[in-house]
Amino acid sequence: MSDDTLFAQVKDEAARPDPYPLFAALRECPVSRQEDGTYVAATHAAIESLLHDPRVSSETLPPADRPKTGNPFKDWLVKPLRDHITDTHRPFIFRDPPDHDTLRAAVMRQFTQRRVQAMRARSHVLVDEILDRLGDARTIDIVDDLAYPLPVTVICELLGIPPEDEARFHAWATQLATALEPDTLQDGAARAENSRTFDAISEYMQGLIAQKRKHPKDDMLSGLATEEPGGAPRMGDFDLIATAILMLVAGHETTVNLITNGMLALLRHPEELRRLRDDPERAPRVVEELLRFDPPVQFRTRKALCPITLAGVTIPEGAPLVLLLAAGNRDPEVYAEPERFDPDRIDNRHLGFGGSLHYCVGAPLARFEVEAALTALARRLRNPRLIADPPPYRPGSALRGPKHLRLAIDGIDP
Amino acid sequence: MSDAETRIVVVGASLAGLRGAESLRRSGFTGHLTIVGAEPHRPYDRPPLSKGVLTGEVGADATALPNLVDLDADWRFGTPATRLDRARRTVTVETGEALPYDRLLIATGASARTWPDAAQGRFAGVHTLRGRDDADALRRDLAAGPKHVLVIGGGFIGCDVAASCRTLDLPVTLVETGPTLLAGVLGAHLGAVVEALHAHRGVTIRSGTKVVALEDDGTGRVVRARLADGTAIPADVVVVALGAVRNTGWLSGSGLSFDAGGLDCDADGDALDEDGRPDPRIVAAGDVARFPHPLYPGKPIALEHWGHAVAQGVRAGRRLAGLPEAPYAEVPAFWSSQGGITIKSVGLTAGADGLVIARGDPKEGRFLAVYGREGRCIAAVAFDCARWLPAYAERIAARAPFPPEPGGVDAGPMRVLPPAFPEPADEDAA
Repeated sequence: MSDDTLFAQVKDEAARPDPYPLFAALRECPVSRQEDGTYVAATHAAIESLLHDPRVSSETLPPADRPKTGNPFKDWLVKPLRDHITDTHRPFIFRDPPDHDTLRAAVMRQFTQRRVQAMRARSHVLVDEILDRLGDARTIDIVDDLAYPLPVTVICELLGIPPEDEARFHAWATQLATALEPDTLQDGAARAENSRTFDAISEYMQGLIAQKRKHPKDDMLSGLATEEPGGAPRMGDFDLIATAILMLVAGHETTVNLITNGMLALLRHPEELRRLRDDPERAPRVVEELLRFDPPVQFRTRKALCPITLAGVTIPEGAPLVLLLAAGNRDPEVYAEPERFDPDRIDNRHLGFGGSLHYCVGAPLARFEVEAALTALARRLRNPRLIADPPPYRPGSALRGPKHLRLAIDGIDP
Repeated sequence: MSDAETRIVVVGASLAGLRGAESLRRSGFTGHLTIVGAEPHRPYDRPPLSKGVLTGEVGADATALPNLVDLDADWRFGTPATRLDRARRTVTVETGEALPYDRLLIATGASARTWPDAAQGRFAGVHTLRGRDDADALRRDLAAGPKHVLVIGGGFIGCDVAASCRTLDLPVTLVETGPTLLAGVLGAHLGAVVEALHAHRGVTIRSGTKVVALEDDGTGRVVRARLADGTAIPADVVVVALGAVRNTGWLSGSGLSFDAGGLDCDADGDALDEDGRPDPRIVAAGDVARFPHPLYPGKPIALEHWGHAVAQGVRAGRRLAGLPEAPYAEVPAFWSSQGGITIKSVGLTAGADGLVIARGDPKEGRFLAVYGREGRCIAAVAFDCARWLPAYAERIAARAPFPPEPGGVDAGPMRVLPPAFPEPADEDAA
């Protein structure tokens, strides 16, 4: 049996509140061809295999076909900045080794233990400040009131974005996150909007980077702009802009969804909410299980560079691939009672952060931001109740999460 | 006899022994469990011993392995097994006590091969490195700031020790009889890449020669080593890193088939007697077990890999608990860190007749090499490029054709090169 419209149904907004029955149907074929020629990998084993397969590429955008002068400075003057970045300086999430490795390594060097630990402590302070500001509210929208402001502040502070510019970043990040949706590329209006946003943020970043070069501070952007004493060569301007934009978007939308999906799961499993309130030490287990049970990144796309035979299916050269991470996360071959939310499960090798060379760079940030948010919500919200279940969802199927998560509460404890 | 009355003895408080015992309990075994260890320590992890422990970054006492399951076991530390009596079904330990067993797991591991001249091997300042106490003793000597360290043997342990010396900023010379460091495992082609990494970090390397004698200052403290070419090098600390011998001596008189290369087992892991018949009560796991591997037909092999000790230990526990188990067929794998580069490998390179750089470029220090034999992929080795290894492990398990197909991400030149293993092959290569 095989229904080659299943993935189209996943992308349909009707499936947004609960795509998991569709994932179960897709798992019946570890790798299935869809009507549009896309191949979907839906079992844990097939996804793991493709994540580690060197015949699979992340270079999803075609190489530039525009003529170039060969002089980067001249190209830069005659073309909009965004073309230069999307053609030859794509962020490393869309690049393969060896370039990917060089760029990623430069970023990893900035994720120092000291910086991460300081931000871990800071995120608890930020969450409490956000909740304090809500005063004696009797309703709260987890998305707008907490899940959005927290990650944007964390990533802006890490990168070294001035606080007064955070609001602009919020809007840019929301728009650019849609670029990870497969259908955005086909939608002319959405593409145009993305292009405008890309221009705006690129120009802003260019200015900021120039400033960081002149007056470096103790932040990641300064580190990237000025490294590296006796180390690797400094990242070029275009790669640096692309990298900074990537970190902003990737460090933002995903974390929002994880916090919101987390609170939703806890409210649907009140005993787990109670246990987390009584024992905040459970937070890491809760977050790992959320990354399995309802991950913010539901799938990622790739391309087959060569024919690949997997689970009896031959994927042709050039075929678009979908790695359905959220389906692999509920594979009964790997997890006992996969449909159950169970923070106590052992050996939880989820695909919530992807895997292999593109494994989430910001995983440590996501973990502590969500731990801070959920422990504070569990501790401080008095008698939280869902106002709508299921909540309304945003349109995205790849980065999936509620648009709002409104709760009725009896108050917020100090 | 009910399960609750069954007595199982694990000989070897090692990684394989511990994971085997845990697997027994996880498989529902409720009987009496005794674990016998030759050393006075709880099971510990060996990889840090040649690295962080020597540099002082990690204490030798911080290497204890976590217990993943409540074992409810009778632990006997510091009591090496001395005799196995299969007729009476007892294991005798050093104190003379005879422990009765219904089923037995042998996981006694291996010991460092000592310097061939025993008197020279006892000079103060001469070390071998295998256990926690060895590492602690060597760490103390290195912390005292020796003027010149000599490492004999360019296998993984020798390379690790030399690298740790450089981290401590100590002058160190490494002498290796083969053409390059790690030539026995990787062949001279990739061995040369590793050698360059260590040379770059300041290790003085003397390949293709041999230490023939250690000399003392007249009071029993080592001062220099004499090489086969007649030259001498000063050395106030010497580390003998000449591979391992399996701890099988205590099996003398048991009627089992063994030698210094391991205890012979069948494909199920059951120990074989001198007539080649399996003893269904005895299973072996880890370094000590020599068994036929379905992917590498020909001579039975004994593997010294960390992951193998875990996987075979877990399997042995399930088998002793009476659960049905398919023959052991895990693709061998190991990792190492050399001169700042992480080397990971799947499969076994022994006997390879060709090598291709399938991904990346050795000039950039980041690449993946595939080894082939008679037209099949048998091993893959990654330098700072481990992410693709699972794909190659699948190909090795499937006995896929060699050379592998070209193309894909970061494709290498794919030209078939000779791996250049030294003759004769190093018997303790792995």
